[in-house]
Amino acid sequence: MLQGKVFKFGDDIDTDIIVPATYLSTFDPKELAKHCMEYTDPDFYKQVKEGDIIVAGKNFGCGSSREHAPIAIKGCGVSIVIAKSFARIFYRNALNIGLYILECPEAADAISQGDDVKVDVDTGVITDVTTGKTFKAAPFPKFIQNIIECGGLVNAIKAGKF
Amino acid sequence: MKATYTQQILARKLGIDPCDPSLAGGNLVLVNADVALSNDVTAPVAIDVFQKSGCGLCDKCKVTFVLDHFTPNRDIKSAQQCKIVRDFARANNVENFYDVGEMGIEHALLPEKGIALPWTVVIGADSHTCTYGALGAFSTGVGSTDIAGIMMSGKIWLKVPTAIKFNLHGKLRKGVVGKDLILYIIGMIGVDGALYKSIEFGGEGVDSLSMDDRFTVCNMAIECGAKNGVFPVDEKTDEYTLESCGKTFDRFAAADDDAYERVIDIDLSAIRPVVAKPHLPSNTAFVDEVKEEIKIDQVVIGSCTNGRLSDLKQAAEVLEGKHVSPDVRTIVIPATNKIYLQALKAGYIETFIKGGAIVSTPTCGPCLGGHMGILASGEVAVTTTNRNFIGRMGAKDSYIYLASPATAMASAIAGKLASAGVKED
Repeated sequence: MLQGKVFKFGDDIDTDIIVPATYLSTFDPKELAKHCMEYTDPDFYKQVKEGDIIVAGKNFGCGSSREHAPIAIKGCGVSIVIAKSFARIFYRNALNIGLYILECPEAADAISQGDDVKVDVDTGVITDVTTGKTFKAAPFPKFIQNIIECGGLVNAIKAGKF
Repeated sequence: MKATYTQQILARKLGIDPCDPSLAGGNLVLVNADVALSNDVTAPVAIDVFQKSGCGLCDKCKVTFVLDHFTPNRDIKSAQQCKIVRDFARANNVENFYDVGEMGIEHALLPEKGIALPWTVVIGADSHTCTYGALGAFSTGVGSTDIAGIMMSGKIWLKVPTAIKFNLHGKLRKGVVGKDLILYIIGMIGVDGALYKSIEFGGEGVDSLSMDDRFTVCNMAIECGAKNGVFPVDEKTDEYTLESCGKTFDRFAAADDDAYERVIDIDLSAIRPVVAKPHLPSNTAFVDEVKEEIKIDQVVIGSCTNGRLSDLKQAAEVLEGKHVSPDVRTIVIPATNKIYLQALKAGYIETFIKGGAIVSTPTCGPCLGGHMGILASGEVAVTTTNRNFIGRMGAKDSYIYLASPATAMASAIAGKLASAGVKED
């Protein structure tokens, strides 16, 4: 079960917003985390705590294929990103590096900045503890669950589950 | 046949019928990749993941590295990144390793070298890997971990995309090119209009599009969210692959409209030069509809989208006998050394230099705000690149207008956003 405070973002949050291209010369999660959302929300890195949750609109992570984007988010301690939809490369990258994501348009609309939210990743049930509302996202297919359970794609290959 | 081009390619890789239920849109399949591509930004991450895994390099797939983003190296960090790739390539005898001197912008280089070919599955750790669909390949961008996974196993997991078909009718007017077509499409369906989907092209209008036009169109498929773009294999493809690898390839079976989630008809003759205004590629207008005067500071003509020979030709023809505005820094970047040399022989490079532009070695450079033309606060650029996101080319309050090479050069001359116009046949 994941639980944390919500940081809310809008539609079409692109990879240049998540981590500007000028910082791509490193892939150290802690270093990338310092620049996460820097151009649009300079205080994000200072305020976000281990386990916190990003809730966003449609097409989250559009733009470049840079894995630096989910690495930066995970490096900030964010436990899961819930969005109306994800750009497809970001979707792959997040799962392959072991960052939880869920698509749930209803939750993305209803949950507000600062809410306390719980997520059961096995069932896809999202609970907004602040408002008492619950939402149901499609849980991951078995194929993806294997990758996440192994801690990412590489471990899944090494474990012979690929 | 009730199967998209993408399904036909994947079916051949899997040795099954294209209409097999396992290839229905949304299903997950595990396929062998023909090419695993990465660059100086994404390869070091893939190599790091690969080396930590302790696995050997899979020999079933062509591992390809192109050092093109921050090269020739802009700083010590990027030099270190390139060194990681160079050392790994040498130690592992990676044949397809392209360093300064050999390299070009990856998505222009792989077709030119005959690495990306019709019916192949090309997976790249770069979002513009979708470019090779122009040749009838299934190609898509993924992350570095996916590339490490292919280096270890030769395999990749893919969600079979549903697809949108664009039936192209008529032909583009003179002065209107592939860039205008794809910006028009992105403006029509939005930056997420084809999210997770394949965009495929058919109709008699396809015949009139050059290979360079098709590369530009497929290159920007990602800008409407698409997983890949595909053109049919035809005589133009034959002409290209005969030069790149000495072979020709099978045609796709005709794909019925009911194989597609949506079919959109486009009259090519109705398109005029298009610009995408800040800060999304979908924020489009015909250039002649933009009424306000947009003064500009920089023009870039190049990138994996528009750094090919015909792009440089269009720009040179607009500039011929004229001079760019003294207020506009005009940067021309041939996408590969081969293109550079062809442009030199054709006289385009001389036209650029005499006309007040500069010509750079191949690099992705300014397109992603890396180097070779970064924008200061408040500055405005017209560029033939592919993204006009906030801060993409430099300062977060700079402004990027995406357009064709002809529009970009006409703007450089005028000192403001301008169209080179449409010529009547």
